[in-house]
Amino acid sequence: MLPLLRHARYVLSENPVTGLAFGLFALFLIAALFGPVLAPYNPLQSNAAMALKPPSAAHWFGTDQLGRDIFSRVLVATRLDLTIAFASVILAFMLGALSGVAAGYFGGWTDRIVGRLADTIMAFPLFVLAMGIVAALGNEVINIVIATAIINFPLYARVARAEANVRRDAGFVEAARLSGNGEARVVLGHVLPNIMPIMMVQMSLTMGYAILNAAGLSFIGLGVRPPDAEWGIMVAEGANFIQSGEWWIALFPGATLMLAVFCFNLLGDGLRDIIDPRMRT
Amino acid sequence: MSTVPALAVEDLSVEFRTRSGIVKVLEHVGFSVDKGETVALVGESGSGKSVTAFAVMGILDAAGKVTSGRAMFGGADLLALGERDLAEQRGRELSMIFQNPRTALNPIRRVGLQIADVLVRHGGATRNDAPQAAIEMLKKVRIPDPERRAEAYPFELSGGMCQRIMIAIALACRPALLIADEPTTGLDVTTQAVIMDLIGELAGEAGMATIFITHDLALAAEYCDRIVVMHAGHIVEAAPGRDLFTHPRHPYSAKLLAATPGETVSLENMASIPGGLPDLRRSDLPACRYSDRCERRLGQCAQPLPQRTVGERRVVACWNPL
Amino acid sequence: MLNLLLSRLATAIPSIVGVVVVTFMLTRLLPGDPAAYFAGLAASPQAIAEIRAKLGLDKSLPEQFVGYIGDLLHGNLGNSLSTGQPVVVEIATRLPASAELTLFALIVAVAIAIPLGVLAAVKQGTWIDHTCRIVTTAGVSLPVFFTGLLFAYVFYYLLQWAPAPTGRLDVFLSPPTHITGFYLIDSALTGNLETLWGALRQLALPAISMAIFSLAPLARMTRGSMLAVLGSDFIRTARASGLSPRTVIFTYAFRNAVLPVITTLGMVFSFLLGANVLVETVFAWPGIGLYAVNALITSDYAPVQGFVLTMAILYVALNLTIDFVYGLVDPRVRLDS
Ligand SMILES: Nc1ncnc2c1ncn2[C@@H]1O[C@H](COP(=O)(O)OP(=O)(O)O)[C@@H](O)[C@H]1O
Ligand code: SF4
Ligand SMILES: [Mg+2]
Repeated sequence: MLPLLRHARYVLSENPVTGLAFGLFALFLIAALFGPVLAPYNPLQSNAAMALKPPSAAHWFGTDQLGRDIFSRVLVATRLDLTIAFASVILAFMLGALSGVAAGYFGGWTDRIVGRLADTIMAFPLFVLAMGIVAALGNEVINIVIATAIINFPLYARVARAEANVRRDAGFVEAARLSGNGEARVVLGHVLPNIMPIMMVQMSLTMGYAILNAAGLSFIGLGVRPPDAEWGIMVAEGANFIQSGEWWIALFPGATLMLAVFCFNLLGDGLRDIIDPRMRT
Repeated sequence: MSTVPALAVEDLSVEFRTRSGIVKVLEHVGFSVDKGETVALVGESGSGKSVTAFAVMGILDAAGKVTSGRAMFGGADLLALGERDLAEQRGRELSMIFQNPRTALNPIRRVGLQIADVLVRHGGATRNDAPQAAIEMLKKVRIPDPERRAEAYPFELSGGMCQRIMIAIALACRPALLIADEPTTGLDVTTQAVIMDLIGELAGEAGMATIFITHDLALAAEYCDRIVVMHAGHIVEAAPGRDLFTHPRHPYSAKLLAATPGETVSLENMASIPGGLPDLRRSDLPACRYSDRCERRLGQCAQPLPQRTVGERRVVACWNPL
Repeated sequence: MLNLLLSRLATAIPSIVGVVVVTFMLTRLLPGDPAAYFAGLAASPQAIAEIRAKLGLDKSLPEQFVGYIGDLLHGNLGNSLSTGQPVVVEIATRLPASAELTLFALIVAVAIAIPLGVLAAVKQGTWIDHTCRIVTTAGVSLPVFFTGLLFAYVFYYLLQWAPAPTGRLDVFLSPPTHITGFYLIDSALTGNLETLWGALRQLALPAISMAIFSLAPLARMTRGSMLAVLGSDFIRTARASGLSPRTVIFTYAFRNAVLPVITTLGMVFSFLLGANVLVETVFAWPGIGLYAVNALITSDYAPVQGFVLTMAILYVALNLTIDFVYGLVDPRVRLDS
């Protein structure tokens, strides 16, 4: 643990941007946890008298066409956006890690089936496949989570497969097998925990993409529905006002979305440097 | 013997910047090679032979820095030349061939073109007649069916064949000095001899000076006029090959020869010499980097090393030579 | 060469089978009654039953699958509910618009990312390198639909440099004679410079928005592979032979470094084809992405399904092309097969 910490400090000092990303992450976490409490206005409360007001001291990010406070909406949306992304990443991780580890460990048919599945998903442009899935499963938030998880699945499965394959014949796995553990136990209890650090890196690297994907889907009207506050849909609403010069409606949710993705991408890079310096590009 | 050597390296020191601090990889290295002479640079793996060659050629990694020294060649100090002037000399006046010929060639460029590139660069041929000149070079290094081989990519050729291509590239512009860095390591024994003979013959014809880097003492003895022994970034002894074999003066050289009897001594297997190379990252490296392993150590061995001339054309860096 | 082509084609077959199976499954996954869905919201029970029979939904799944394959082989993707037109026809007329946008974006991305990656590698560890890393990470973090909007606001609304973000051509200009369907090419071929300029102006903002999004994988791969190549033995040989820095970096290093970059193009296309949908929505670009989004909004399913299938087949074809080009460029692959 100590060398890892020392290495972490080295990486942070080499690359202060990663430190910045950790700070941003903390901010987003606070917004996600306490957003509804911190929001100065009710995010769903319309107020016709205050419609389309530019940013001011009372409304930091201005108000939208219904007079709702954009700052409050952006703040409150954090929870929904991050939850969708997080849930899909966890789901992708569970599906991918389990099948990938099984494929790498057992080889043979398991490997072929998982490989075929991953290849088939990768044969689609991923966002397009996600569109098709949500359209087929129904226009609901949970289906955004599922679609995003499915398109991320191959990535996890491949990484897990490769790592499990390398470790299949490693000493500690051999030892676990010899001491009478069943195959399932060896895989779940010994191989899986061992590849966790690499999977963690993968998760933080795909978080940003998951947020983008979910926001993209709601931008084209899939999943989240008005009046719920969500960054993608807020940008879509603001899009109608860009050509008449009301820039703030789209700008603030869009910029927040961008910042969140940027934060997770930097975090993923940083985490990778800390956990697995080999993978650094 | 000519009085002015083809290459004279003096007081060469090289440092590398690494994550764990500065490593003094070479310290006060000095040796010379005469025109037409073949000098072997021998030493364990990691003793600094390649770094010496790279420093002279000016192709050290960005992390490496020459901190002192001169390398006199054709009246100029190579270490003081700018990159542009040095690049003019490289490949024309001084050339180098490397270990692992198959990775040392551009994998996606036809070998004939790779020879032609050097010729064109140094004015040895125009773009138009370079292909023909490249084929002539292939003939010279005795590659059968040179017209067809010129069109080949490195992956289509054997290791020995690739090394011949490397030699063709290196000698294309008739350099005055050739540095061959373990040119036969990784080749099978027959090919090894063929390549060594080829280098020897072509160098002899052209009166070229040759530095032959190896960890194979037997090979060094067979093909070289003089042997320079390196240990942990120091030159510990330099002597004519026969003299070194019959009467080594430095304790390290002696140990080396005693470790495996006969002329088939190879430094590949150095396990028979107690201890390994010292960790060059240490800040308290002793003046004599062999002292930790030395049985003849004296009190004064902590003093800066002397360069003693012992006999004709022999130098030994030791307080208590044999 | 023919061998290479055939071997690559063979690898594409499982992908195509997978794509067809998945798109078939997507239709059957429709919640509720697909026939009711296809028939539209206000359909009567008889109409639904009729549709069911017409779509073959009263048959068993394997039969339906065979029917689906048959339809595909006849180029039948069903009809759009809202326009009544065959989906194949609508997609075919709209495809050139999407293809022109996507390919143009790719060219822009490659033209920026590759020099950037090379520069970052050659100047490794300097501020140029760090800037390159931050810029590309920021680029891939930008939601394309947001970048597009921002560009429209700044360059159209504020600065008036760009035309209104609506479609492929200003309403005052007439489209060029149809040759390839690519306005840039067609107008250039017919020497219609005014249209060429107009089309280029319309294309600029959406293409740049898409390009920014796909810079990162290209630039990073270029940098990484360039670094690996610069540290390799044959570069040392090239330097030891005194070759000029230009020859070393371009003729020797870059040509080798570009090979892995070609492989990443597959991923870049996945990015671009997805981004294409969003950007078309923002810029009212009359391509297949916008077509699908409009169909989604009206729950018109056949166009969506046709769109997903078309995109996937296109993507498989692109990957095939990339593989083939790689084989042509790399003698080790070309001569092996
Ligand atoms: N790029 C580098 N960075 C740090 N140390 C290096 C580098 N290149 C060589 N060294 C160090 O220099 C020493 C001599 O290396 P080298 O000249 O390659 O030995 P050899 O005698 O086997 O050719 C070794 O200890 C090696 O660790
Ligand atoms: S200088 Fe002293 S310690 Fe070093 S080799 Fe000679 S005798 Fe041994
Ligand atoms: Mg070496």
